[in-house]
Amino acid sequence: MSKWDRLKAVPMPKQPIHIRIRNFDEVALGYNEEQALMEAERCLQCANPQCVLGCPVEIDIPGFIKLLRDGNFREAILKIKEKNNLPAICGRVCPQEDQCQKNCLLSKRGDPVQIGRLERFLADWEREHGVEIPEKLPSTGKRIAVIGAGPAGLTAAGDLAKLGHEIVIFESLHEPGGVLTYGIPEFRLPKRIVQAEINYIEKLGVVIKTDTLIGRLYTIPELLRDEDFDAVFIGTGAGPPIFMGIRGENLSGIYSANEFLIRVNLMRSYLFPKWDTPIKVGDKVAVIGAGNVAMDASRCALRLGAKEAHVVYRRSRAEMPARKEEVENAEEEGVIFDFLTLPIAYYGDEKGWVKRMECVKMQLSEPDESGRRRPAPIKGSNFFMDIDTSIVAIGRRPNPLIQQTTPGLKVAEDGTIIVDEKMRTSIDGVYAGGDIVTGEATVISAMGAGKKAAKSIHEYLTKKI
Amino acid sequence: MYKIVEKREIAPRIKLLKVFASEIAKKAQPGQFVILRVDERGERFPLTLADWNKEDGTITLVFLEVGVSTRKLGELGKNEVILDILGPLGNPTEVRNYGVVCVVGGGVGIAAAYPVARALKEAGNKVVSIIGARTAELLIFEEEMMMFSDEFYVSTDDGTKGYKGFVSDVLKILIQKGHRFDLIYAVGPAVMMRAVAEVTRPCKVKTVVSLNPIMVDAMGMCGACRVTVGGKTRFACVDGPEFDAHDVDFGELIRRQMAFLSEEKMALECWEANKRSKEA
Ligand SMILES: Cc1cc2nc3c(=O)[nH]c(=O)nc-3n(C[C@H](O)[C@H](O)[C@H](O)COP(=O)(O)OP(=O)(O)OC[C@H]3O[C@@H](n4cnc5c(N)ncnc54)[C@H](O)[C@@H]3O)c2cc1C
Ligand SMILES: Cc1cc2nc3c(=O)[nH]c(=O)nc-3n(C[C@H](O)[C@H](O)[C@H](O)COP(=O)(O)OP(=O)(O)OC[C@H]3O[C@@H](n4cnc5c(N)ncnc54)[C@H](O)[C@@H]3O)c2cc1C
Ligand code: SF4
Ligand code: SF4
Ligand code: FES
Repeated sequence: MSKWDRLKAVPMPKQPIHIRIRNFDEVALGYNEEQALMEAERCLQCANPQCVLGCPVEIDIPGFIKLLRDGNFREAILKIKEKNNLPAICGRVCPQEDQCQKNCLLSKRGDPVQIGRLERFLADWEREHGVEIPEKLPSTGKRIAVIGAGPAGLTAAGDLAKLGHEIVIFESLHEPGGVLTYGIPEFRLPKRIVQAEINYIEKLGVVIKTDTLIGRLYTIPELLRDEDFDAVFIGTGAGPPIFMGIRGENLSGIYSANEFLIRVNLMRSYLFPKWDTPIKVGDKVAVIGAGNVAMDASRCALRLGAKEAHVVYRRSRAEMPARKEEVENAEEEGVIFDFLTLPIAYYGDEKGWVKRMECVKMQLSEPDESGRRRPAPIKGSNFFMDIDTSIVAIGRRPNPLIQQTTPGLKVAEDGTIIVDEKMRTSIDGVYAGGDIVTGEATVISAMGAGKKAAKSIHEYLTKKI
Repeated sequence: MYKIVEKREIAPRIKLLKVFASEIAKKAQPGQFVILRVDERGERFPLTLADWNKEDGTITLVFLEVGVSTRKLGELGKNEVILDILGPLGNPTEVRNYGVVCVVGGGVGIAAAYPVARALKEAGNKVVSIIGARTAELLIFEEEMMMFSDEFYVSTDDGTKGYKGFVSDVLKILIQKGHRFDLIYAVGPAVMMRAVAEVTRPCKVKTVVSLNPIMVDAMGMCGACRVTVGGKTRFACVDGPEFDAHDVDFGELIRRQMAFLSEEKMALECWEANKRSKEA
């Protein structure tokens, strides 16, 4: 181990590149005890910790780091769990560099304390050493329906169950977890971790009913009227993928990132034909967009045998919305970045499979009033890229079914559900949170919304007694 | 888990399953479908609701064994279970009294046409049905269809029963003979639905088809099922599955249905080899 330097973070051990691009196992291996203690030692235990302000659920960061440092791992993880039900997940996928770690005092002169990695270490430690199930309050006799088993729904369900309410989560897919299960790949968030967190929620007494599409099987008015629920939480997240609407976009071989990732993650098509759902990538893959979703898709494509995976983005490196760590991982693995490039048409072979993509080069304008540099096409810069697959990762809209089937539910123009500061919708007893309210955001913000809604629902139901 | 309470082979490679799924049975409407997963490793694939019974809580599925998923489903016996069934999905058929309607069912699609014909009949329409298959022994749901039809026609490609030719040929003859229809409803293979659309295009009768593209989630999240209708991209699982036949780009639908042909073939070979080695 190298000499300890307060300004330098303990590096994260990772699977070697040449090995990991041939498997779907987790890339980042996690700190061992010695590494975690070394990293924790760097924390200055600030009296006025800015890091906490950067965390959407306000975890007592110096508090848990102190406990960790003292070797008191059990107390440390319980400190985190006061605020965060899903630490093994947040420690892995939170955009820490924009949240807690961005504010860390050390980041002014060196690397911030690696808060997310420490959180992950503790959560993994707890999973190996047995998870304590907290005491539940006595039953209130109230029943709450939670729609959607993503981070927002799972968190709301967990908190409400602890308070003594009876919870049923209705999930339309065959597995719970939301994006954690169907979207984020195994190599970034192993499914057994998600499963462990779900088991924990189920141990709290929460019933998860999969294969149940609310809006079709039951509407919200039916849940409240016929199925005896006292309140409803909507956590249905984002769904319908946005396409660009350009020529040839419905050729075979052009997937939405959602389709591609659902096939790979939820349906395990990387194990085809042992598992039944096929996927086809070919040699040269273009991924359109440059967010986390695009990084996930391009890295999956390489693991599925693509010779080249290009991230095609109309702006430049500086504007990429993906997490830095994920961009680095993607680059290490050989993903090629084509910046300032916009696809404008696709062309296929006689069987209707995509073969070529026409693009234009872009330039960024001077910053406008909002400080954003807008990309504009350069005339006459058209060129062609030979490809076998394109994965469109330019965003998703809110799932619309609940909004369409719930009379009186106020919805914004972009399809998101409108709530007040207590996560109340326009219907009495109906709450919402997560991506369905904010549009596509983060795991931790969806969790935060679930927590807040749980608190309000509890208030509402206990006042009603 | 959904228990199979009845199983029958109603024609070579075409099977009928009655499955206990009481919540779905309660909500099902004509034109809707379910998506199922036979076992842990199975793919999600859609089947139309051929019937349902609110009283005994069963739904009826009729399917043609084509690849691994439908073969696996076909191997399940009475009292065995299907792991996942999600439904009812898709927009129900717009059932009202149109006047005279023609319901056209091709191949295994006849089973899908049946609840629609029944509902249209019950809504007061005069129902003219045309059903067809490659050959006589592949004709299914004849009696069921007849029961709700005022006029009933059969065709087979090889002439072993009824008119020799396609269902679309029968429709064409009826129209030429002066039959007037207020609505045409067609379900079956994409090529058949395209042929029906071409027959009715000149006389501008409203023609509705139930499309069957490849689906994955069937709840609007993936876009695998996208079809071009009237120049616009629509998701068949949530915007459909029924669309105005005259606006559908059938060529694209047919090409997209074949996107995974080589993978499907490979999967079937692996599955069969596996089965043989298990039996040995
Ligand atoms: C590929 C990908 C990578 C990402 N990477 C990151 C990352 O690294 N870090 C990060 O913080 N965030 C990331 N995100 C974003 C993050 O995952 C989401 O913001 C978060 O999951 C939102 O949580 P949610 O609970 O609101 O919704 P979701 O996770 O979308 O869950 C909603 C659930 O509701 C179900 N549902 C929908 N409609 C119905 C209905 N009518 N009836 C019943 N159930 C229904 C859905 O099937 C789904 O399971 C990523 C997103 C994607 C797609
Ligand atoms: C809304 C809808 C309703 C349907 N109703 C019926 C029905 O009532 N009876 C019936 O026999 N068939 C029905 N189908 C078709 C049925 O889903 C396919 O035959 C089945 O998925 C084939 O799967 P396989 O693994 O057995 O065959 P494979 O070898 O995998 O595929 C054979 C062909 O089936 C189609 N197909 C494959 N996978 C899917 C999928 N996930 N979704 C849709 N199509 C796929 C493709 O065109 C493919 O080339 C319906 C399809 C849709 C979209
Ligand atoms: S939950 Fe996320 S933002 Fe909060 S401390 Fe943990 S890693 Fe940081
Ligand atoms: S700001 Fe950084 S150094 Fe200060 S308490 Fe938080 S993690 Fe520790
Ligand atoms: S099957 Fe996924 S959107 Fe229709």
